[in-house]
Amino acid sequence: MNILMTFIQKAIAQGVAILFGATGETLTEKSGNLNLGIPGIMYMGGIAGLMGAFFYENHTTDPIPLAGMLISLLCTLVAASIGGLIYSFLTITLRANQNVVGLALTTFGVGFGNFFGGSISKLAGGVGQISVATTAKAYRASFPVLSKIPVLGQLLFTYGFLTYLSVIIAVIVTFMLLRTRVGLNLRAVGESPATADAAGIHVSLYKYVATVCGAAIAGLGGLYYVMEYLGGTWSNNSFGDRGWLAIALVILATWNPVHAIWGSLVFGGLYILDIYIPGLSRAGKELVKMLPYVVTIIVLIITSKRSKLENQPPASLGNSYFREER
Amino acid sequence: MSKVHTVSSKEPLFHMIKRDGISAGKAWAIRLIAVVLSLIVCAVVIVAITHQNPLEVYAGIISGAVGTKRRIWVTIRETLLLLLVAIGLTPAFRMRFWNIGAEGQILLGGIASAGLMIAFGNVLPGWLLLLLILVASMIAGMIWGLIPAIFKATFNTNETLFTLMLNYVAMQLVTFCIVYWEKPAGSNTVGIINGDSKAGWFPALFGSDYGLSVILVLAVTLLVHIYMKYSKQGYEINVVGESQNTARYAGINVTAVIIRTMMISGAICGLAGAVVVSGASHTISTSTAGGRGFTAIIVAWMSKFHPGAMILVSLFLVFMQQGSIQIASQFGLNENASDIITGILLFFLIGCEFFIRYQLEFRKKKQEKEVQA
Repeated sequence: MNILMTFIQKAIAQGVAILFGATGETLTEKSGNLNLGIPGIMYMGGIAGLMGAFFYENHTTDPIPLAGMLISLLCTLVAASIGGLIYSFLTITLRANQNVVGLALTTFGVGFGNFFGGSISKLAGGVGQISVATTAKAYRASFPVLSKIPVLGQLLFTYGFLTYLSVIIAVIVTFMLLRTRVGLNLRAVGESPATADAAGIHVSLYKYVATVCGAAIAGLGGLYYVMEYLGGTWSNNSFGDRGWLAIALVILATWNPVHAIWGSLVFGGLYILDIYIPGLSRAGKELVKMLPYVVTIIVLIITSKRSKLENQPPASLGNSYFREER
Repeated sequence: MSKVHTVSSKEPLFHMIKRDGISAGKAWAIRLIAVVLSLIVCAVVIVAITHQNPLEVYAGIISGAVGTKRRIWVTIRETLLLLLVAIGLTPAFRMRFWNIGAEGQILLGGIASAGLMIAFGNVLPGWLLLLLILVASMIAGMIWGLIPAIFKATFNTNETLFTLMLNYVAMQLVTFCIVYWEKPAGSNTVGIINGDSKAGWFPALFGSDYGLSVILVLAVTLLVHIYMKYSKQGYEINVVGESQNTARYAGINVTAVIIRTMMISGAICGLAGAVVVSGASHTISTSTAGGRGFTAIIVAWMSKFHPGAMILVSLFLVFMQQGSIQIASQFGLNENASDIITGILLFFLIGCEFFIRYQLEFRKKKQEKEVQA
């Protein structure tokens, strides 16, 4: 029972960063932009939040947790949005190939994160291992009374606020996509930009806003990882392939962030499953670690084979739109 | 009069027109401007971080890439590897099949090479082992390319995401193999394979360890170029890439073309794995592919699949990468600085393609003059 509880808690902790990324990527893909730069953007968001908090804590004698939290949140949103803007400008305005831009952005973003993560202490004058304990503590604060309730409280209320935010954002984005006029327009842009254009929808504007907002949401995933998961420190490349898993989760959730909520739990569970299966050999563990990707591939094949319309990727995904070219 | 005025003021500052064509000279001039601009931006970034004289920084980059004989060979080797992968991706991309799984295909080729080197290092004669390595690595890469191709051809499964996922499956396969191959035990690395006997290593040719790699890569480049340009199959690939419906109408078996082309593409990327493992590193790890599969996509796309341009672009990227590794150690930065610089270069090079394909027409001054008159 105890092990199961720990497993679920750890799976949720793993899933949150992926859920942020998947929600952001879904929003982006619904506008017809396949942003493969999301892994890079998550790195950028993570390191920017950490640096913001770090410089704040280092320059004040008595840092206030809430202020550090707001500063890091703001830094993350700005850095991730800049990543989204670079992508948007190149693919929407300059009509460059989306895959190529996305991969370049990932190269840049991962390098950006590792570079500043690796040299931030040196730039600040050699303070050794960076740690933003005060801010991270604020991020890790859970519900004071509710988290003490046995089982249910432990299961639901022992996380920092970003965990709940990830679920709330996923629900809001789904509601926006499926139940509002803006969402309808956005889906039209993703399915057939020429039709949307003819209907008077500002295609470029929708693409820009969706991509930048998507990037900002994904950036929060990086922030979550750095602040709540790692506890306010950085280790190079430790974020690993979670960004790509986020893109995979979009497929698993069939372009619906609400489905991504349980999907992130599945991915989070698969990600750490090898630790919790007793009596597994080292080689067996490596095979179990393969599962998230294999599951994604299987889902990808099933959705393409069933070809139900609402489960398909947006029709214009990956293509840039030029009005004079029909 | 006033009506004319309102019309002219409503016209946007500029609008874009698709170019019918552009002279090669003009296109290269635009690219050159982009390169110069990107170098300036990189210099600004580096100076902002290191507070060093930018000229000194660029001198460091040049010395890092071609400063010593060893560095020149490393630059050549890395360029060739990138070129080989880019060449491998070309047939798939020509078909509009987004094979971003080169990374995994390289790893599979690497696994095949490393496995054979370990298993038959002391059993088979050197030349036979080498031949076996080349063939097996190509088959391994081919299988990794074949899987998504079959599903693309039959169910129209999204190949971008499929090949992407296969990269990570391949990485896990590598860690799986490392468990069995690790040496010394517990190190979680394979170490240099056959360090004493050099069995399965590429032999030195023309006084260089990388001579055979050079020959292999150039031969494959030439073959693929001829295949794409002069063979019937190459023509079919182009037709399928332009329009699958047209291809079907012309009696081309699209399914067969997709599967066949991806087998070729995967095989070449698999061969690249052998070139890395047997030809250069003599070991295998999850970073054996080292992001080349992704960078090569950008190389292939930016060169418009022209082999000459591919050599230039790969050389430029590798030059800057090797150079930034050097300045990173020279100025005490961490090695990821090279990724930032590569990223900036790529943004500019990708962005400049817009100005080659489109033309900006600025608002004409003429009408305003009419108003004044």
